[in-house]
Amino acid sequence: MQHAIKIHVNGEARTWRSGATVSELLSELDIKNERVAVELNLEILDRAVFDQRLLKDGDRVEIMSFIGGGAS
Amino acid sequence: MADDRLIIAGREFKSRLWVGTGKYKDFAETKKAIEVSGADVVTVAVRRVNIIDRSKENLLDYIDPKKYTILPNTAGCYTVEDAVRYSRLARAAGVSDLVKLEVLGDERTLFPDTAGLIEAAKILVKEGFIVLPYTNDDPIVAQKLVDVGCPAVMPLAAPIGSGLGIRNPYNLKIIMEMIKVPIIVDAGVGTASDAAFAMELGADAVLMNTAIAGAQDPIAMAEAMNYAVQAGRLAYKAGRIPRKLYATASSPIEGML
Repeated sequence: MQHAIKIHVNGEARTWRSGATVSELLSELDIKNERVAVELNLEILDRAVFDQRLLKDGDRVEIMSFIGGGAS
Repeated sequence: MADDRLIIAGREFKSRLWVGTGKYKDFAETKKAIEVSGADVVTVAVRRVNIIDRSKENLLDYIDPKKYTILPNTAGCYTVEDAVRYSRLARAAGVSDLVKLEVLGDERTLFPDTAGLIEAAKILVKEGFIVLPYTNDDPIVAQKLVDVGCPAVMPLAAPIGSGLGIRNPYNLKIIMEMIKVPIIVDAGVGTASDAAFAMELGADAVLMNTAIAGAQDPIAMAEAMNYAVQAGRLAYKAGRIPRKLYATASSPIEGML
C-alpha cells in the first residue's frame, strides 16, 4: 500500500509517495531525463536504473544538468 | 593550413577558439555568439535543475551536442571531492566524458589550488575521464598534470574574467616549449589582440567566455576573436621576424640617385 514519504529534491523538502521510481519523479517534475544526472543519497545513478530505483522516506535526490558557464 | 589539426586524446577539433556559455543576456545571444566565433568546443557548468520553475529553457536546446563538443566544467568547486563529484555528475548526464577540471583555491582570485588539481586529475584519469585541467602558468605543475594523464593542459593568462590579457608570456612560452601535449590558454583574455598574442606564442587553442559575453557587442567580439585566433595561429606558423633595435631598410639602396 502506498503512503506518503518525505524526501529532499535539490535541497527542497517534498512529500512524495512510497513505491515511486526515480523515472516517475523526473516525469512528474516535468524533467526530461535525457540530459540530467541523478544522485540518490550521494550515489550517482546509471540512467538504466531510473525505472527501477524506488524512493523511500528520507531520500535525498539531486537532479543536475548543464547551464551556461565558462569558468567559476 | 588544411593539415594544421588540433588533436587531443585522439579527437580532432576544427577550431582553436573554445568558448564558455556564461554571462550572456539569453540563450539566443549565446547561440549566435558561439556560431559567429566558429568555436566547436563549448564549455558548460553543472548545476541543480530548477524544479520550481519548469518554464525555463535548457541551454542544450540551443547548443546542439551533436554539432558541438560539450566540455562540462567543475566551475565553483573548491575541493578535490567536489570537483570529482561534479565531474562524475557531468558524465552521468550523458553528453561527454571530457571535463574542464577546476579546483579553485581562493574566491577573490579564482586561482587554482594546484595540489588539489593534480590529485583530482589523477582520480578522474583513472576513471576514464579525458581531463583538461585549468591550471596556473606554472610549468612544473603543468608537467605533473601531464604525468598523471591529462592529454592537454590549460594554463591561465590572467585571473578568470579579469580581461588583463597575457600577464606572463614568458611562463606560458616555457610551458609551450616544455610540455609535449596541447596547451590551451584558458582565462584572462580581454580583447582580440590578447587572443592573437596567445596564439603567436604557440598556444594550441584559447578558451574564453567573459571577453566575448561581457563585450558591449558580444556577437561582434565573437567574430573578432574568431579572426584573432586564426591570425595568431597563422603568424605563429609563419614565423615572425626577430626583434632588432635599429632600422633595416626594406628598399634597396641600389638604383638611387
